[in-house]
Amino acid sequence: MGATIIEKIIRNNTGKDVKPGDIVTVNVDRVMIHDIFIPFVASKFEEMGFQKLWDPDKVVLIYDHLVPASQVDDTRHFRVGNDFVEKYGMKNIHRADGICHQLMTEAGYVKPGNIVFGTDSHTTTYGCVGAFSSGIGYTEMASILGTGTMWVRVPETIRVNITGTLPKNVMAKDIILRLIGDLGADGATYKALEFAGDTVEAMSVASRMSMSNMAIEAGAKCALFTPDEKTAAYCEMTLTDKEKDLVGDADASYCRVINYNAEDFVPVMACPSNVDHVKPIAEIAGKEIDQVFIGSCTNGRLEDLMAAAEVLKGKKVAPFVKLIVTPASRKIYQQALENGTMAILAEAGAMITHPSCGLCCGRAGGILTDGETVVATNNRNFLGRMGTSKVGIYLASPRAAAACAVAGKIVVPE
Amino acid sequence: MEKFSGKVWVLGDDIDTDIIIPTEYLALETVNDMAPYAFSPLRPELAGQIQPGDIIVAGKNFGCGSSREQAPEIIKALGVKCVIAKSFARIFFRNSINNGLLLIENGELADVAKEGDTVAVSLNEAITYQGKEYPIAALPDNLMDIINAGGLVKAMRKLNGLD
Repeated sequence: MGATIIEKIIRNNTGKDVKPGDIVTVNVDRVMIHDIFIPFVASKFEEMGFQKLWDPDKVVLIYDHLVPASQVDDTRHFRVGNDFVEKYGMKNIHRADGICHQLMTEAGYVKPGNIVFGTDSHTTTYGCVGAFSSGIGYTEMASILGTGTMWVRVPETIRVNITGTLPKNVMAKDIILRLIGDLGADGATYKALEFAGDTVEAMSVASRMSMSNMAIEAGAKCALFTPDEKTAAYCEMTLTDKEKDLVGDADASYCRVINYNAEDFVPVMACPSNVDHVKPIAEIAGKEIDQVFIGSCTNGRLEDLMAAAEVLKGKKVAPFVKLIVTPASRKIYQQALENGTMAILAEAGAMITHPSCGLCCGRAGGILTDGETVVATNNRNFLGRMGTSKVGIYLASPRAAAACAVAGKIVVPE
Repeated sequence: MEKFSGKVWVLGDDIDTDIIIPTEYLALETVNDMAPYAFSPLRPELAGQIQPGDIIVAGKNFGCGSSREQAPEIIKALGVKCVIAKSFARIFFRNSINNGLLLIENGELADVAKEGDTVAVSLNEAITYQGKEYPIAALPDNLMDIINAGGLVKAMRKLNGLD
């Protein structure tokens, strides 16, 4: 009997054969804590009576949701975080380098086959390099900091096969939105997603990140891609046989298999106010918009900014539309400066902000009010996410978002 | 087995964590400071109406969205005895157990319960509403261990020889 990717990762970690439904204790390879939750993690950790971290080098603290501070209360999070780092001898802290989920793989903290937990729900992102990563709360994080272990229920796996060549106006974002629409917001709850097929193999690691990032929007515990030569190049490593074997076996047991032809995908948007409320853009075209946001851990990478720049080159943002661009990391910001992407975006009229979560979590950088409409490349369009509860949030790919910014209304990208 | 009853508040499907507590209030110092804003994007008056011992009944995927643990903590701080939903999102489920907020899965009650009515619960056995019994599943042993310890913090304090 073969195994799925998640079963292999848990088997390698525990040294035991596992099947879906088994409850096992795993050894954690790395954890990530972000600024919003560090005060709560710190107080729970001490309340639990721990004196030291199980392994300070395996703990990463990243400031991103509150950077730079937009409310006076935010500064307390940085103070508590800095004190925690000093008290427990941590080295891995990022105070202004970008969004946590970008940095965890970009800075080399996560490798194929790792088991990683983070205090943010989009921790599923690291499945892009074949790691089992998932979001948890601050109490559970505090217990891992003390013990280095966590109990998990081995999930069933939904296999998603995608074959063929994507149309030019379709990005990885359109694929994952379509899948979430097809599965529903709870369609993968407690389950692992596993992506395969030549379309997926042809994708950059950045595109895979957009997909694993949003798996949580269908309720998934994790979303896994098989590590390949692109993964190895991105992680600056040579894959071992064990890492190369992180592939779903032909005779593995899946709870569901979904097959897509790449040619059948069209540009889509998730309409207000649920991520699974997905429609082809052609069906909603013409709606006037007030703002466009290009950024986030879903779509703030260099290829995303370049896709937007390709659309915006030589054009201007519609006069009544605010286009906000937020790179996912400092490294991406610098790369986009160096290759001319930033110049094109600025020339078109974009407001370019510092790398951070920015508008995605609705605390800074362009919040909206009643009756306004925004096209955004991030991962959630929940009520009140980017301002008042009467803001209409449409989630789209960077290419579609850029096209809308120029048109001043929802349009299908070319 | 524990039995209790309470007045119900009825919510729909996909009640996400941004509805339970919007991000703009997450930097307030304590969950008690945040509690008045619970459910504010959907029903701004609800947090002020919920009384200790009340029960929330909801549709599928309750607690979907972010990992914010303030979501179950605030529901507990409002005095809600338990949440009965068709299903729960994964992170919210773990966070609730770790904080001692009781969650009960039932696929039917949300379709029939009317706000303001009373339901009775026999833990790990059944819910009774208007004379009809709705069976519920028992929680796995490892979760009952955490609940019986009084939550994950207390379980860890015991591990560290403090209690």
